Amino acid sequence: MSPAARSVDRHGRGRDVAVVAFAQSNHTRRTDQLSEVELVMPVLHDVLKQTGLTANRIGFTCSGSSDYLAGRAFSFTMALDGVGAWPPISESHVEMDGAWALYEAWVKLRTGEADTALVYSYGKSSPGSVRDVLTRQLDPYTLAPLWPDSIALAALQAQALIDAGLTDEPRLAETAVRSRRAATGNPHAQLRGSADPAELLQRPYEVEPLRRHDCPPISDGAAAVILAAGDTARALHANPAWIRGIDHRIEAHQPGVRDLTESPSTRLAAAAAGAFDAPLDAAELHAPFTAQEVVLRRALYLSDDVPVNPSGGPLAANPVMAAGLIRIGEAAALIHRGEAHRVLAHATSGPCLQQNLVAVLEGTNGNRNGNSPRSTDGTRGGAR
Amino acid sequence: MSKQPVAVVGVGQTKHVAARQDVSIAGLVREAAVRALADAELTWADIDAVVIGKAPDFFEGVMMPELYLAEALGAVGKPMLRVHTAGSVGGSTALVAANLVAAGVHGTVLTVAFEKQSESNAMWGLSLPVPFQQPLTAGAGGFFAPHVRAYMRRTGAPDTVGSLVAFKDRRNALKNPYAHLHEHDLTLEQVQTSPMLWDPIRYSETCPSSDGACALVLTGDSGAARAPRPPAWVHGGAMRSEPTIFAGKDYVSPQAGRDCAADVYRQAGVTDPRRQIDLAEIYVPFSWYEPMWLENLGFADQGEGWKLVEAGVTEMDGDLPVNPSGGVLSSNPIGASGMIRFAEAALQVRGLAGEHQIDGARRALGHAYGGGAQFFSMWLVGSERPDH
Repeated sequence: MSPAARSVDRHGRGRDVAVVAFAQSNHTRRTDQLSEVELVMPVLHDVLKQTGLTANRIGFTCSGSSDYLAGRAFSFTMALDGVGAWPPISESHVEMDGAWALYEAWVKLRTGEADTALVYSYGKSSPGSVRDVLTRQLDPYTLAPLWPDSIALAALQAQALIDAGLTDEPRLAETAVRSRRAATGNPHAQLRGSADPAELLQRPYEVEPLRRHDCPPISDGAAAVILAAGDTARALHANPAWIRGIDHRIEAHQPGVRDLTESPSTRLAAAAAGAFDAPLDAAELHAPFTAQEVVLRRALYLSDDVPVNPSGGPLAANPVMAAGLIRIGEAAALIHRGEAHRVLAHATSGPCLQQNLVAVLEGTNGNRNGNSPRSTDGTRGGAR
Repeated sequence: MSKQPVAVVGVGQTKHVAARQDVSIAGLVREAAVRALADAELTWADIDAVVIGKAPDFFEGVMMPELYLAEALGAVGKPMLRVHTAGSVGGSTALVAANLVAAGVHGTVLTVAFEKQSESNAMWGLSLPVPFQQPLTAGAGGFFAPHVRAYMRRTGAPDTVGSLVAFKDRRNALKNPYAHLHEHDLTLEQVQTSPMLWDPIRYSETCPSSDGACALVLTGDSGAARAPRPPAWVHGGAMRSEPTIFAGKDYVSPQAGRDCAADVYRQAGVTDPRRQIDLAEIYVPFSWYEPMWLENLGFADQGEGWKLVEAGVTEMDGDLPVNPSGGVLSSNPIGASGMIRFAEAALQVRGLAGEHQIDGARRALGHAYGGGAQFFSMWLVGSERPDH
């Protein structure tokens, strides 16, 4: 836990910042006819329209993307054309998932230098083989030359969980089915609906113990969020999703020096973000592989009655570099729609959940209508 | 909501060279970080978060290398952010780190920027084909040469101005032990007769290709009070961006650069930069960008920048020294080059710049730009704590 981050909250310093708009593309397997700019522009226009803002009234803009996905250096400079950065804008970019772009924007609003921020991210996985491309983010001297791909590394993690008795293949299949059936209510999701677990378990392994249903789809997509501080947020949305805490932590890179069944970075980030201070109504977890949800649930002390990924999550649509930002957007959307009061959003980066971000979002007190995303028994789930 | 004051209490950089074949990428960044911590007399445990920046991942062939660098930079269990804003990234990275302190999110932050250009060929990395656009396989020089030519035509500057800047910066670099190029016997005539690369830019008016890293330790009031050496205080910092290409864009003096400088000056209470700022570390990868940026930054009136160069104003002993470190023309680990400008500005106001120290430096500008002259980041640092 960061003592500095906690002391800020305790003394009430720092401005309240909220998500006031969220938009995402309809994620698809390929978008051959669209450039990155064309992928991004509709979601930018969408969030601006939701708030009635224009690009030149935004105080700060920050994006997240990867040159390796785009296959060219400085790819984000082209995407900036989608923003319409004229007159010149105050702007930054992270070579990370858009969730971290949102973090940078949150910091900027906390300094008081801006009252609104536009955050966006995008990823086109279709031009190459994303599982091979992601091997290029491994240690260039000892790991990358072996080309261990993202599914193989996730399979190591899944096997470690099975060996530790923390899950098994049928339970992983249930996670896949639950996620993709939840996505039937999400028009932006790529995979909606699923066969029964018994049928899925008849299918061949992708990389043992993972079958295809345990892996995320390959997606092209984009997302955008608008953040606003204090009264500006209240003016832009009737029910802003306030960021009560946000923190991120990284672990060692070599999978061999980590216990892959644990995620200490997620737990640290969650504690610093205040996730354990009060019960949660739902969680949007960036777990692209079924087994990773097991790791995250344990790290976050999520009990079984907390709905996880009511949007379908990354198992239903996984536009790399945007999938983490989408978790924050989906969490905010639950609050905007009055379906939840306090929601946890999580984003990850690197092999086997190496780096993790946790944000806790809340509606305005007294503004709850109690429509939980799983209100079958009327109880609210809670962190331990 | 008032921002917390931000102080630079540690500066570290590597000796910039063409190829650091003795260290890995991790070894390179750690070397700069260890030196910044030593300057601040702090340890890894004192650092709350790490912010790292570099230019395109293709320059080393490692996607999102910060993941692999977490251990080398002591970031395990801490927040780690990776910034990429093209050539301005070294400056932007320092500003993102400074904001973490200013916002009260963290007490003490380590920020690092690097490039290990010897791992690949930057000329290739800078010339990738852009879909739907005319291929321009000419590197950065090919992109910027026409804009230099436009400046010469617009202002009537004589052909020799660029060579004066290059000769000055290469001479200044002799006083900076970290500079890549130490050309002891270089003469002005050699600069003026060196091969033409991208007319009007000659070989000796061009930045080298370097391996190098730079690191800063940033902290607030209490950290500054404990610092063993004088801090540099951040009086203002800003970033501005505009599109790469659009009808009406002024490549010679981009609006984003003017706006960025105006924002920094406003924050710092500067109304007459030429008189109120003692020196500037400006991102000059091709010699002619010194007079061009002097105008863009408000140090000279439109069309007058080259006259300051010709009159020796920007020399080490002039009344506005520019790039006493030798600048980008003498060391260019691309991703780090912006942070080196910010770091050198800080060293000057701390009085710790060694042989290239400008006497009595109290306020200094650090400047970086990138992309198609479209991304700008700047900070103004001073020896006195700001009042705000």
